[in-house]
Amino acid sequence: MPISLFRVDERLIHGQVVVGWGGQLRPSRYLVVDALVADSEWEQELYSLGVPNGVEAVFLSPSEARKFLPEWRASEAKSVLLTKNLEAMLDLARGRLMEGEEVNLGGLHSQADRREVLPYLFLDEKDKDLLRQLEEEGVLISAQDLPGSPKVTLAVLLG
Amino acid sequence: MSEAGLVRGVVLAHGSMASGLVDAVRRISGVDGEALVPLTNDGKSPDTVRNELEELLGKAPTIVFTDLPSGSCAVSARFCCRDSGEEAVVFGVNLPVLLDFVFHRDLPLSELVPRLLEKGREGLSSAPEYSRPPST
Repeated sequence: MPISLFRVDERLIHGQVVVGWGGQLRPSRYLVVDALVADSEWEQELYSLGVPNGVEAVFLSPSEARKFLPEWRASEAKSVLLTKNLEAMLDLARGRLMEGEEVNLGGLHSQADRREVLPYLFLDEKDKDLLRQLEEEGVLISAQDLPGSPKVTLAVLLG
Repeated sequence: MSEAGLVRGVVLAHGSMASGLVDAVRRISGVDGEALVPLTNDGKSPDTVRNELEELLGKAPTIVFTDLPSGSCAVSARFCCRDSGEEAVVFGVNLPVLLDFVFHRDLPLSELVPRLLEKGREGLSSAPEYSRPPST
C-alpha cells in the first residue's frame, strides 16, 4: 500500500490526524517531513507521544525524505506523510517525484497577510504561488480537514 | 483573596471545551478572576497558541490543564513549560480536577499536582459499577 495521505498541517501529528484520518486509514507509520523537527530529538519525542502504540513515527528533512519517497510509495506499509508547510511539500515533489499523488491541505492558520479561505485554511499570495508550483509538479491538491468534511478543489481555493 | 503566592491555572483544550469547563467551575465554586483562565486552539496556528500561552505564564506558579495527553494543545503546553520549575502540565483534565484545584491553590506544585491526579482518577466512575472482565 503506498502513502495513504500526504497532508500539509502546521500541527503535524495531532488529534485530527491521528484520530480523524488515522482512525479511518489505519497507517502503520507517520512520516514527518520537516527540517527543524528532524534536527530536534526533543520535538520528535513530543510528537511521538501522539502516535498510537504499535505505530511508528519517522522524522526526516525534505532532502532526506526525497531519497526514501519511491521506497515508501512502493512499500506494503501504509503511511501518512505530513509537512508543516507548503515549502516542504514542494521540496518533496520537485522533479515530479510525487506525480499523480494527491496532497491534502489540512491546517494552515491565520498569520499576517494570510486571508481566510476556509476556517482551517488561510493563504497569502506566496502560499498560492507554492500551490500552483505543486500543481505543475503533477500533484493533485485539495483541502479537507477531516474525512467526513467536504473536499474543496484547488480551483476553488485559488478563487 | 490575594493572588500572591497562589498557583494559577490555564485550561488549554480543543473547541469550546476550555471555556465550558472554566464557566462550570466558576458557576459551581464561585471562584472567579485569574485563578483559572480558558484558552482554545480553535483556528490558531501552533505558534499563536504558544504565544498566547506564554503570555499567561511567568507571573506565578502555573498549572496548564490540557484535554488530551497528546495533540496540538498538549504539544504547545509541553513546549512552553519545558524549562521551568514553576510550571506543570496536567493532561486529561476533568471537572473534579478543576474544582479541587481552585480550592487548593496555596499548595506547592509538588503537593498539588499529585493531589489533582488522584482527584481526576477518583472523578471517573460509573453506575452501575462493572468489574473488569478477566483478561483472556
